[in-house]
Amino acid sequence: MGAEMSLQPHDVMRLVARGRAMQASAADSLWLCLTCETCSARCPTGADPAAVIDTLREVAVREGVADLPRAIAAFHRSFLDQLRATGRLYEAGFILQYKLRSGALLQDAGNAPAMVRRGKLHALPQRMRGAREVRAIFARCDVEPRDLRGRGRRSREERQP
Amino acid sequence: MTLAYYPGCSLHGTSREFEESFLAVTGHLGIDLVELDDWNCCGASSAHPVSRELGVALPARNLALAAEQGADEIVAPCAACFNRLAAARHALATDADLAARMPEIVGRPLPGAMGVRNVVDVLAAHAPRIEALAAAVLEPRAMARLKVAAYYGCLLVRPSETTGFDDPEQPATMETVIAACGSVPVQWNMAVECCGGAFAISRTSSVVRLGRRIIADARAHGAEAIAVACPLCHSNLDLRQAAMTRRGEEPLPVLFITQVVGLALGLSEEELGIRRHFVDAQPLLAALAGPAEDA
Repeated sequence: MGAEMSLQPHDVMRLVARGRAMQASAADSLWLCLTCETCSARCPTGADPAAVIDTLREVAVREGVADLPRAIAAFHRSFLDQLRATGRLYEAGFILQYKLRSGALLQDAGNAPAMVRRGKLHALPQRMRGAREVRAIFARCDVEPRDLRGRGRRSREERQP
Repeated sequence: MTLAYYPGCSLHGTSREFEESFLAVTGHLGIDLVELDDWNCCGASSAHPVSRELGVALPARNLALAAEQGADEIVAPCAACFNRLAAARHALATDADLAARMPEIVGRPLPGAMGVRNVVDVLAAHAPRIEALAAAVLEPRAMARLKVAAYYGCLLVRPSETTGFDDPEQPATMETVIAACGSVPVQWNMAVECCGGAFAISRTSSVVRLGRRIIADARAHGAEAIAVACPLCHSNLDLRQAAMTRRGEEPLPVLFITQVVGLALGLSEEELGIRRHFVDAQPLLAALAGPAEDA
Protein backbone atom coordinates (compact mmCIF):
# COMPACT_ATOMS: atom_id res chain seq x y z
CA MET A 1 0.00 0.00 0.00
CA GLY A 2 3.09 2.22 0.25
CA ALA A 3 2.52 3.46 -3.30
CA GLU A 4 -0.75 5.13 -2.22
CA MET A 5 0.63 6.85 0.88
CA SER A 6 1.55 10.52 0.88
CA LEU A 7 3.74 9.78 3.91
CA GLN A 8 5.50 6.44 3.34
CA PRO A 9 6.87 4.24 6.14
CA HIS A 10 10.41 5.67 5.85
CA ASP A 11 9.00 9.23 5.96
CA VAL A 12 7.10 8.33 9.13
CA MET A 13 10.28 6.99 10.70
CA ARG A 14 12.14 10.16 9.76
CA LEU A 15 9.53 12.38 11.41
CA VAL A 16 9.54 10.30 14.57
CA ALA A 17 13.36 10.31 14.72
CA ARG A 18 13.27 14.10 14.52
CA GLY A 19 10.85 14.36 17.41
CA ARG A 20 7.84 15.18 15.27
CA ALA A 21 5.77 12.14 16.27
CA MET A 22 2.54 14.11 16.67
CA GLN A 23 2.80 15.38 13.11
CA ALA A 24 3.23 11.79 11.93
CA SER A 25 0.30 10.69 14.13
CA ALA A 26 -2.07 13.07 12.39
CA ALA A 27 -1.19 11.78 8.90
CA ASP A 28 -4.06 10.18 7.03
CA SER A 29 -1.72 7.75 5.27
CA LEU A 30 -1.13 5.92 8.57
CA TRP A 31 -4.57 4.46 8.03
CA LEU A 32 -3.64 3.07 4.62
CA CYS A 33 -1.23 0.72 6.39
CA LEU A 34 -2.57 -2.86 6.48
CA THR A 35 0.22 -4.13 8.74
CA CYS A 36 1.43 -6.36 5.92
CA GLU A 37 4.83 -6.00 7.68
CA THR A 38 6.70 -5.80 4.37
CA CYS A 39 8.51 -2.60 5.42
CA SER A 40 9.67 -4.15 8.69
CA ALA A 41 10.70 -7.43 7.04
CA ARG A 42 12.74 -5.66 4.36
CA CYS A 43 14.12 -2.65 6.24
CA PRO A 44 17.86 -2.54 5.50
CA THR A 45 18.56 -0.96 8.89
CA GLY A 46 16.43 -3.41 10.84
CA ALA A 47 13.88 -0.80 11.95
CA ASP A 48 10.27 -1.81 12.62
CA PRO A 49 8.03 0.80 10.96
CA ALA A 50 4.95 -1.45 11.23
CA ALA A 51 5.13 -1.35 15.05
CA VAL A 52 5.78 2.40 15.03
CA ILE A 53 2.77 2.99 12.75
CA ASP A 54 0.51 0.96 15.07
CA THR A 55 1.72 3.00 18.05
CA LEU A 56 1.18 6.31 16.22
CA ARG A 57 -2.36 5.27 15.29
CA GLU A 58 -3.16 4.37 18.88
CA VAL A 59 -1.81 7.71 20.08
CA ALA A 60 -3.73 9.58 17.37
CA VAL A 61 -7.04 7.99 18.41
CA ARG A 62 -6.42 8.67 22.11
CA GLU A 63 -5.43 12.29 21.45
CA GLY A 64 -8.38 12.82 19.12
CA VAL A 65 -6.18 13.84 16.17
CA ALA A 66 -6.65 10.70 14.04
CA ASP A 67 -7.38 11.61 10.43
CA LEU A 68 -9.09 8.52 9.07
CA PRO A 69 -10.48 8.36 5.54
CA ARG A 70 -14.23 8.03 5.98
CA ALA A 71 -14.62 4.48 4.62
CA ILE A 72 -11.71 3.14 6.66
CA ALA A 73 -13.08 4.74 9.84
CA ALA A 74 -16.49 3.23 9.09
CA PHE A 75 -14.85 -0.17 8.61
CA HIS A 76 -12.91 -0.22 11.90
CA ARG A 77 -15.72 1.29 13.94
CA SER A 78 -18.34 -1.12 12.59
CA PHE A 79 -15.98 -4.07 13.07
CA LEU A 80 -15.22 -3.18 16.69
CA ASP A 81 -18.86 -2.38 17.45
CA GLN A 82 -19.98 -5.80 16.23
CA LEU A 83 -17.17 -7.54 18.03
CA ARG A 84 -17.87 -5.75 21.31
CA ALA A 85 -21.60 -6.46 21.09
CA THR A 86 -21.46 -10.19 20.27
CA GLY A 87 -17.88 -11.31 20.93
CA ARG A 88 -17.55 -12.34 17.30
CA LEU A 89 -17.77 -10.61 13.97
CA TYR A 90 -21.35 -10.92 12.76
CA GLU A 91 -20.65 -10.31 9.09
CA ALA A 92 -24.11 -9.35 7.82
CA GLY A 93 -24.63 -6.85 10.63
CA PHE A 94 -21.12 -5.53 10.13
CA ILE A 95 -21.65 -4.92 6.40
CA LEU A 96 -24.95 -3.16 7.01
CA GLN A 97 -23.45 -0.94 9.69
CA TYR A 98 -20.46 -0.20 7.47
CA LYS A 99 -22.71 0.86 4.60
CA LEU A 100 -24.71 3.24 6.77
CA ARG A 101 -21.54 4.84 8.18
CA SER A 102 -19.54 5.05 4.98
CA GLY A 103 -22.44 6.16 2.81
CA ALA A 104 -21.49 3.45 0.28
CA LEU A 105 -25.03 2.07 0.38
CA LEU A 106 -25.10 0.49 -3.04
CA GLN A 107 -21.52 -0.75 -3.19
CA ASP A 108 -21.52 -4.50 -3.84
CA ALA A 109 -25.29 -4.68 -3.34
CA GLY A 110 -25.35 -6.81 -6.48
CA ASN A 111 -23.13 -9.41 -4.80
CA ALA A 112 -25.46 -9.96 -1.85
CA PRO A 113 -27.76 -12.50 -3.55
CA ALA A 114 -24.72 -14.42 -4.84
CA MET A 115 -23.26 -14.50 -1.32
CA VAL A 116 -26.51 -15.83 0.11
CA ARG A 117 -26.79 -18.40 -2.68
CA ARG A 118 -23.31 -19.67 -1.83
CA GLY A 119 -24.25 -19.97 1.84
CA LYS A 120 -21.79 -17.25 2.81
CA LEU A 121 -24.06 -14.81 4.65
CA HIS A 122 -25.96 -15.74 7.78
CA ALA A 123 -29.10 -13.88 8.77
CA LEU A 124 -28.49 -14.09 12.52
CA PRO A 125 -25.43 -13.57 14.72
CA GLN A 126 -23.83 -16.55 16.43
CA ARG A 127 -24.21 -16.49 20.19
CA MET A 128 -21.30 -17.08 22.52
CA ARG A 129 -21.51 -17.36 26.29
CA GLY A 130 -18.48 -15.16 26.90
CA ALA A 131 -19.78 -12.05 25.09
CA ARG A 132 -19.85 -10.25 28.42
CA GLU A 133 -16.19 -11.11 29.01
CA VAL A 134 -15.32 -9.56 25.65
CA ARG A 135 -17.17 -6.35 26.57
CA ALA A 136 -15.21 -6.26 29.83
CA ILE A 137 -11.93 -6.63 27.90
CA PHE A 138 -12.88 -3.62 25.75
CA ALA A 139 -13.65 -1.61 28.90
CA ARG A 140 -10.38 -2.57 30.63
CA CYS A 141 -8.41 -1.62 27.50
CA ASP A 142 -10.35 1.65 27.45
CA VAL A 143 -11.34 1.25 23.80
CA GLU A 144 -14.44 3.03 22.58
CA PRO A 145 -15.29 2.32 18.91
CA ARG A 146 -17.08 5.69 18.71
CA ASP A 147 -13.68 7.39 18.91
CA LEU A 148 -12.95 6.25 15.36
CA ARG A 149 -14.44 9.05 13.35
CA GLY A 150 -13.77 9.65 9.70
CA ARG A 151 -13.03 13.10 8.49
CA GLY A 152 -14.09 14.90 5.34
CA ARG A 153 -15.56 13.64 2.15
CA ARG A 154 -14.88 10.27 0.68
CA SER A 155 -11.80 10.22 -1.50
CA ARG A 156 -11.91 9.33 -5.19
CA GLU A 157 -10.48 5.87 -4.39
CA GLU A 158 -13.26 5.23 -1.92
CA ARG A 159 -16.03 6.28 -4.27
CA GLN A 160 -14.77 4.16 -7.11
CA PRO A 161 -15.14 0.42 -6.57
CA MET B 1 -0.51 -33.58 21.87
CA THR B 2 -4.04 -32.21 21.92
CA LEU B 3 -4.87 -29.82 19.13
CA ALA B 4 -7.63 -27.24 19.58
CA TYR B 5 -9.31 -25.89 16.47
CA TYR B 6 -9.95 -22.13 16.35
CA PRO B 7 -12.32 -21.45 13.44
CA GLY B 8 -12.59 -17.67 13.72
CA CYS B 9 -15.42 -15.62 12.26
CA SER B 10 -14.70 -16.05 8.55
CA LEU B 11 -14.70 -19.83 8.60
CA HIS B 12 -18.18 -19.76 10.11
CA GLY B 13 -19.36 -17.20 7.55
CA THR B 14 -18.05 -15.98 4.24
CA SER B 15 -15.31 -18.62 4.00
CA ARG B 16 -17.28 -21.64 5.10
CA GLU B 17 -15.72 -23.71 2.30
CA PHE B 18 -12.37 -23.24 4.06
CA GLU B 19 -13.85 -24.87 7.17
CA GLU B 20 -15.61 -27.59 5.16
CA SER B 21 -12.41 -28.53 3.33
CA PHE B 22 -10.24 -28.19 6.45
CA LEU B 23 -12.45 -30.55 8.46
CA ALA B 24 -12.83 -32.99 5.56
CA VAL B 25 -9.06 -33.18 5.01
CA THR B 26 -8.01 -33.35 8.66
CA GLY B 27 -10.70 -36.00 9.23
CA HIS B 28 -9.41 -38.03 6.27
CA LEU B 29 -5.83 -37.75 7.51
CA GLY B 30 -6.88 -38.81 11.02
CA ILE B 31 -5.79 -35.55 12.68
CA ASP B 32 -7.71 -35.19 15.94
CA LEU B 33 -9.20 -31.77 16.56
CA VAL B 34 -11.61 -30.33 19.07
CA GLU B 35 -13.21 -26.98 18.34
CA LEU B 36 -12.32 -24.47 21.01
CA ASP B 37 -15.42 -23.94 23.13
CA ASP B 38 -16.73 -20.38 23.45
CA TRP B 39 -13.95 -18.79 21.35
CA ASN B 40 -14.12 -15.06 20.62
CA CYS B 41 -13.04 -13.00 17.61
CA CYS B 42 -9.29 -12.34 17.50
CA GLY B 43 -9.79 -8.65 16.68
CA ALA B 44 -8.18 -9.17 13.25
CA SER B 45 -7.14 -5.98 11.49
CA SER B 46 -9.22 -3.55 13.56
CA ALA B 47 -8.17 -4.06 17.19
CA HIS B 48 -4.37 -3.69 17.09
CA PRO B 49 -4.24 -0.31 15.28
CA VAL B 50 -6.46 1.20 17.97
CA SER B 51 -4.98 -0.44 21.07
CA ARG B 52 -2.03 -2.76 21.41
CA GLU B 53 -3.53 -4.08 24.65
CA LEU B 54 -6.83 -4.95 22.98
CA GLY B 55 -4.97 -6.50 20.02
CA VAL B 56 -3.23 -8.86 22.46
CA ALA B 57 -6.05 -9.39 24.99
CA LEU B 58 -8.67 -10.64 22.49
CA PRO B 59 -6.52 -13.49 21.11
CA ALA B 60 -5.06 -14.10 24.60
CA ARG B 61 -8.52 -15.05 25.90
CA ASN B 62 -8.55 -17.83 23.28
CA LEU B 63 -5.09 -19.02 24.36
CA ALA B 64 -6.39 -19.11 27.95
CA LEU B 65 -9.46 -21.13 26.91
CA ALA B 66 -7.30 -23.60 24.98
CA ALA B 67 -5.18 -24.26 28.06
CA GLU B 68 -8.28 -24.59 30.29
CA GLN B 69 -9.74 -27.08 27.81
CA GLY B 70 -6.61 -29.24 27.93
CA ALA B 71 -4.98 -28.37 24.62
CA ASP B 72 -1.24 -27.94 24.10
CA GLU B 73 -1.63 -26.43 20.64
CA ILE B 74 -4.16 -24.40 18.75
CA VAL B 75 -4.58 -24.40 14.97
CA ALA B 76 -6.12 -21.40 13.22
CA PRO B 77 -6.68 -22.02 9.49
CA CYS B 78 -7.43 -18.32 8.85
CA ALA B 79 -4.10 -16.54 8.32
CA ALA B 80 -5.33 -13.39 10.08
CA CYS B 81 -6.45 -15.33 13.17
CA PHE B 82 -3.19 -17.31 13.13
CA ASN B 83 -1.24 -14.06 12.93
CA ARG B 84 -3.06 -12.46 15.87
CA LEU B 85 -2.87 -15.58 18.07
CA ALA B 86 0.85 -15.87 17.31
CA ALA B 87 1.36 -12.14 17.94
CA ALA B 88 -0.36 -12.45 21.34
CA ARG B 89 1.73 -15.47 22.28
CA HIS B 90 4.88 -13.61 21.22
CA ALA B 91 3.94 -10.46 23.14
CA LEU B 92 3.20 -12.47 26.29
CA ALA B 93 6.56 -14.23 26.00
CA THR B 94 8.67 -11.14 25.31
CA ASP B 95 6.95 -8.21 27.08
CA ALA B 96 7.01 -8.94 30.81
CA ASP B 97 5.11 -5.76 31.68
CA LEU B 98 2.26 -6.51 29.30
CA ALA B 99 2.26 -10.18 30.34
CA ALA B 100 1.86 -9.15 33.99
CA ARG B 101 -1.17 -6.95 33.23
CA MET B 102 -2.86 -9.38 30.85
CA PRO B 103 -4.54 -11.88 33.22
CA GLU B 104 -6.46 -9.04 34.83
CA ILE B 105 -7.46 -7.54 31.47
CA VAL B 106 -8.54 -10.91 30.08
CA GLY B 107 -10.09 -12.02 33.37
CA ARG B 108 -8.50 -15.47 33.16
CA PRO B 109 -5.11 -16.99 33.97
CA LEU B 110 -2.89 -17.19 30.89
CA PRO B 111 -0.92 -20.27 29.89
CA GLY B 112 2.88 -20.14 30.04
CA ALA B 113 3.16 -21.92 26.71
CA MET B 114 0.72 -22.64 23.93
CA GLY B 115 1.63 -23.79 20.44
CA VAL B 116 0.00 -21.72 17.70
CA ARG B 117 -0.14 -23.41 14.30
CA ASN B 118 -1.40 -22.56 10.86
CA VAL B 119 -2.97 -24.92 8.37
CA VAL B 120 -0.01 -25.00 5.98
CA ASP B 121 2.33 -26.08 8.75
CA VAL B 122 -0.13 -28.77 9.94
CA LEU B 123 -0.54 -30.14 6.40
CA ALA B 124 3.21 -30.04 5.71
CA ALA B 125 3.79 -32.14 8.83
CA HIS B 126 1.57 -34.78 7.19
CA ALA B 127 3.11 -34.46 3.72
CA PRO B 128 4.35 -38.08 3.49
CA ARG B 129 0.90 -39.37 4.40
CA ILE B 130 -0.78 -37.03 1.92
CA GLU B 131 1.63 -38.25 -0.75
CA ALA B 132 0.93 -41.91 0.00
CA LEU B 133 -2.85 -41.46 0.10
CA ALA B 134 -2.88 -39.28 -3.02
CA ALA B 135 -0.81 -41.84 -4.93
CA ALA B 136 -3.37 -44.49 -4.04
CA VAL B 137 -6.22 -42.47 -5.54
CA LEU B 138 -6.47 -43.84 -9.04
CA GLU B 139 -9.46 -42.00 -10.44
CA PRO B 140 -9.32 -39.18 -11.05
CA ARG B 141 -5.60 -38.38 -10.89
CA ALA B 142 -6.60 -34.91 -11.96
CA MET B 143 -4.42 -33.04 -9.51
CA ALA B 144 -1.26 -34.66 -10.85
CA ARG B 145 -1.12 -32.30 -13.77
CA LEU B 146 -2.24 -29.12 -12.04
CA LYS B 147 0.19 -26.22 -11.99
CA VAL B 148 -0.39 -24.22 -8.81
CA ALA B 149 0.95 -20.88 -7.61
CA ALA B 150 1.35 -21.05 -3.82
CA TYR B 151 0.23 -17.65 -2.54
CA TYR B 152 1.15 -16.91 1.08
CA GLY B 153 0.38 -13.21 1.31
CA CYS B 154 1.44 -11.37 4.45
CA LEU B 155 -0.12 -12.71 7.60
CA LEU B 156 1.11 -16.30 7.42
CA VAL B 157 4.75 -15.35 7.06
CA ARG B 158 5.34 -11.92 8.63
CA PRO B 159 6.76 -10.96 11.01
CA SER B 160 8.87 -14.11 11.04
CA GLU B 161 9.80 -13.80 14.73
CA THR B 162 6.14 -14.33 15.65
CA THR B 163 4.95 -16.59 12.84
CA GLY B 164 8.02 -18.83 12.81
CA PHE B 165 7.55 -19.42 9.09
CA ASP B 166 10.39 -21.05 7.15
CA ASP B 167 11.53 -17.99 5.17
CA PRO B 168 9.96 -14.53 5.04
CA GLU B 169 10.86 -13.93 1.37
CA GLN B 170 10.90 -17.38 -0.18
CA PRO B 171 8.78 -19.68 1.94
CA ALA B 172 8.45 -23.25 0.68
CA THR B 173 6.08 -24.97 3.10
CA MET B 174 3.02 -24.64 0.85
CA GLU B 175 5.04 -25.90 -2.12
CA THR B 176 5.87 -29.02 -0.06
CA VAL B 177 2.15 -29.63 0.44
CA ILE B 178 1.34 -29.03 -3.24
CA ALA B 179 4.11 -31.39 -4.33
CA ALA B 180 2.81 -34.04 -1.89
CA CYS B 181 -0.51 -33.79 -3.73
CA GLY B 182 1.34 -34.71 -6.91
CA SER B 183 0.64 -31.24 -8.33
CA VAL B 184 3.27 -28.89 -9.69
CA PRO B 185 4.13 -25.72 -7.74
CA VAL B 186 5.20 -22.94 -10.10
CA GLN B 187 8.04 -20.49 -9.45
CA TRP B 188 6.70 -16.96 -9.37
CA ASN B 189 7.34 -13.52 -7.92
CA MET B 190 4.28 -12.49 -5.92
CA ALA B 191 4.02 -15.25 -3.30
CA VAL B 192 4.47 -12.94 -0.30
CA GLU B 193 3.13 -9.64 -1.69
CA CYS B 194 0.06 -8.04 -0.08
CA CYS B 195 -3.41 -8.49 -1.67
CA GLY B 196 -4.97 -5.47 0.06
CA GLY B 197 -6.27 -7.55 2.95
CA ALA B 198 -8.99 -5.85 4.94
CA PHE B 199 -9.52 -3.13 2.32
CA ALA B 200 -11.80 -5.58 0.47
CA ILE B 201 -14.77 -3.32 1.08
CA SER B 202 -13.38 -0.07 2.46
CA ARG B 203 -10.91 0.61 -0.38
CA THR B 204 -11.78 -1.78 -3.17
CA SER B 205 -9.75 0.12 -5.78
CA SER B 206 -6.53 -0.76 -3.89
CA VAL B 207 -7.51 -4.43 -3.69
CA VAL B 208 -8.16 -4.55 -7.43
CA ARG B 209 -4.83 -2.82 -8.17
CA LEU B 210 -2.83 -5.19 -5.95
CA GLY B 211 -4.76 -8.31 -6.94
CA ARG B 212 -4.34 -7.67 -10.63
CA ARG B 213 -0.55 -7.83 -10.29
CA ILE B 214 -0.75 -11.09 -8.32
CA ILE B 215 -3.06 -12.80 -10.80
CA ALA B 216 -1.11 -11.55 -13.83
CA ASP B 217 2.17 -12.82 -12.38
CA ALA B 218 0.70 -16.23 -11.52
CA ARG B 219 -0.67 -16.53 -15.03
CA ALA B 220 2.60 -15.40 -16.61
CA HIS B 221 4.41 -18.16 -14.76
CA GLY B 222 2.09 -20.85 -16.03
CA ALA B 223 -0.19 -21.32 -13.02
CA GLU B 224 -3.61 -22.83 -13.69
CA ALA B 225 -4.80 -22.09 -10.17
CA ILE B 226 -3.71 -20.13 -7.12
CA ALA B 227 -3.63 -21.82 -3.71
CA VAL B 228 -4.25 -19.67 -0.62
CA ALA B 229 -4.55 -20.19 3.14
CA CYS B 230 -6.35 -16.99 4.07
CA PRO B 231 -10.01 -15.97 3.76
CA LEU B 232 -9.04 -12.36 2.97
CA CYS B 233 -6.64 -13.38 0.20
CA HIS B 234 -9.31 -15.70 -1.12
CA SER B 235 -12.12 -13.22 -1.30
CA ASN B 236 -9.84 -10.50 -2.68
CA LEU B 237 -8.57 -12.73 -5.49
CA ASP B 238 -11.79 -14.68 -6.11
CA LEU B 239 -14.73 -12.31 -5.56
CA ARG B 240 -12.83 -9.32 -6.99
CA GLN B 241 -11.28 -11.13 -9.92
CA ALA B 242 -13.92 -10.03 -12.40
CA ALA B 243 -12.71 -6.45 -11.91
CA MET B 244 -9.05 -7.43 -12.29
CA THR B 245 -8.65 -9.48 -15.40
CA ARG B 246 -8.80 -7.92 -18.80
CA ARG B 247 -11.42 -8.96 -21.27
CA GLY B 248 -10.82 -12.32 -22.90
CA GLU B 249 -8.60 -13.87 -20.23
CA GLU B 250 -9.64 -17.21 -18.82
CA PRO B 251 -10.61 -16.91 -15.16
CA LEU B 252 -7.91 -18.21 -12.80
CA PRO B 253 -9.48 -20.35 -10.05
CA VAL B 254 -8.41 -19.60 -6.49
CA LEU B 255 -8.49 -22.63 -4.19
CA PHE B 256 -7.86 -22.99 -0.50
CA ILE B 257 -4.81 -25.20 0.10
CA THR B 258 -7.12 -27.57 1.99
CA GLN B 259 -9.20 -27.93 -1.19
CA VAL B 260 -6.10 -28.75 -3.24
CA VAL B 261 -5.20 -31.47 -0.72
CA GLY B 262 -8.81 -32.69 -0.55
CA LEU B 263 -9.04 -33.08 -4.32
CA ALA B 264 -5.75 -34.98 -4.34
CA LEU B 265 -7.10 -37.29 -1.63
CA GLY B 266 -10.11 -38.02 -3.81
CA LEU B 267 -12.67 -36.15 -1.69
CA SER B 268 -15.73 -34.84 -3.52
CA GLU B 269 -16.21 -31.27 -4.70
CA GLU B 270 -19.31 -31.06 -2.47
CA GLU B 271 -17.40 -32.02 0.66
CA LEU B 272 -14.75 -29.43 -0.17
CA GLY B 273 -17.18 -26.62 -0.99
CA ILE B 274 -15.55 -26.02 -4.40
CA ARG B 275 -18.82 -24.65 -5.80
CA ARG B 276 -19.00 -21.80 -3.33
CA HIS B 277 -16.33 -19.79 -5.17
CA PHE B 278 -17.09 -16.92 -7.52
CA VAL B 279 -14.50 -18.04 -10.08
CA ASP B 280 -15.81 -21.41 -11.19
CA ALA B 281 -13.11 -24.09 -10.81
CA GLN B 282 -15.15 -26.80 -12.45
CA PRO B 283 -14.10 -26.25 -16.09
CA LEU B 284 -10.45 -26.58 -14.99
CA LEU B 285 -11.12 -29.68 -12.87
CA ALA B 286 -13.16 -31.25 -15.65
CA ALA B 287 -10.36 -30.63 -18.16
CA LEU B 288 -7.80 -32.15 -15.79
CA ALA B 289 -9.94 -35.22 -15.21
CA GLY B 290 -10.10 -35.82 -18.96
CA PRO B 291 -7.69 -38.02 -20.89
CA ALA B 292 -4.03 -37.01 -20.62
CA GLU B 293 -2.57 -35.15 -23.56
CA ASP B 294 0.95 -36.06 -24.48
CA ALA B 295 3.11 -33.04 -24.00
